[in-house]
Amino acid sequence: MNQLSIFKLLNLVIRRDLLLAMRRRADVLTILVFFVLVVSLFPLGVGPEMDMLRKMAAGVLWVAALLASMLSLGRLFSADYLDGTLEQMMLAPQSLSVLVLGKMIAHWFVSGLPLVLMAPVLGLQFDMSVPALLVLMLSLLLGTPILSMLGAIGAALTLGLRGGGVLLSLLVLPLCIPVLIFGSGAVEAVTSGLSVVSNLSLIGALFVLCLVFTPWVTAQALRISME
Amino acid sequence: MAINWFKYSAPSTFYGLAGKMIPWFAIPSVVLFAVGLYIGFFVAPVDAVQGEAYRIIFIHVPASILSMFLYLVMAGYAALGLIFNTRLSSMMATALAPTGAMFAFISLWTGALWGKPMWGAWWVWDARLTSELILLFLYFGFIALHASIDDPRRADRAAALLAIVGSVNVPIIYFSVKWWNTLHQGSTIKFTGTSMHVAMQEAMFITLLACWFYAVAMALIRVRSIILERERNNLWVSELKEVNS
Repeated sequence: MNQLSIFKLLNLVIRRDLLLAMRRRADVLTILVFFVLVVSLFPLGVGPEMDMLRKMAAGVLWVAALLASMLSLGRLFSADYLDGTLEQMMLAPQSLSVLVLGKMIAHWFVSGLPLVLMAPVLGLQFDMSVPALLVLMLSLLLGTPILSMLGAIGAALTLGLRGGGVLLSLLVLPLCIPVLIFGSGAVEAVTSGLSVVSNLSLIGALFVLCLVFTPWVTAQALRISME
Repeated sequence: MAINWFKYSAPSTFYGLAGKMIPWFAIPSVVLFAVGLYIGFFVAPVDAVQGEAYRIIFIHVPASILSMFLYLVMAGYAALGLIFNTRLSSMMATALAPTGAMFAFISLWTGALWGKPMWGAWWVWDARLTSELILLFLYFGFIALHASIDDPRRADRAAALLAIVGSVNVPIIYFSVKWWNTLHQGSTIKFTGTSMHVAMQEAMFITLLACWFYAVAMALIRVRSIILERERNNLWVSELKEVNS
């Protein structure tokens, strides 16, 4: 039993969660549609002037990605919590942090990666240049996993609470502000001809920091919520 | 004589101690406020650049300092409660949160009142204003999470974890907002208090102390209520004079 290596374990958890997500494809699509819808609302709200839209694009896409990832967080642990799987995971001899990391990665595949792939298409609607689109994708690629990881802490803390969704956003959104700033800052930098290295490095640093600490913190939060 | 600190980590003994301590913080707070505001409004000279409007700093600066400091104290108590499983530490963290949130709000409100005559706008997206606003949201998150969990022990521990994550995040948020600000706009008018008048310094220092004493007094009053609420089924509570009368 204990022979299971960390990578095998991760692989198992990710495949299980992805399989479950594929059985309920509508959930994944809803998030994507929400993302597209929110981004499309902005030009309707502020007017169709291309100059302004080009300036806003990165921020709008990043805020929409932030909101879309909040939507899916509620489901990160709740299904496993309701059918008792989560309890079994805690009793398992394997490290809960690794199991949690697997769930985070699977969550990102389902809710983060589609946004990254969709972003350039939406960016074209805002008349973004090709270099800006590439940097936007890169910043989302580095940044959306951070949203999943930070969000997991909030999801674990609000597990099984009434009004969990709104509360979850209240807890997690302030923590995500640095990612938003550096993510849209990178795009801003490339459009004004500056180097994007500093912004992307900072997101990368946040990513590594989250990768090390959030699985453990989320595991602790789950233990608090489940006792 | 050595004081047995552990004795006062029990809610039942701390309840009495807190009751005795409150006047020692509440009365100095009122006196210091009166003295500090008198010096601030009547003794301190008019500022050469900012005129009379600068006098709002005698409220604004202490409130800002305490709003940040109280978050750390709150997270510290929450961490103690989480690590040593002491009920009183968690109760103190819960008791501090509303006071900290109030100071953050006062700091933003007075900042807006000062900003209108100085900067010509109620609100500018200055780094310090923005991070203070985010701090207020962090306080709200702590209070909301604690309020929405019915079991007080689980609420304590969950909120504690959130407070610790938040306090790790505070410097990251502060610097990210600072860099964001310099990226987006040129430096706004900065209040560089290099040559502050002595009376100004005195007034600010005294009101800072007053706010400090006020925060301690408020936290003690609130923690007494929390203790009574949580321990209401215990014998010692039913034997209290104020409960029976």
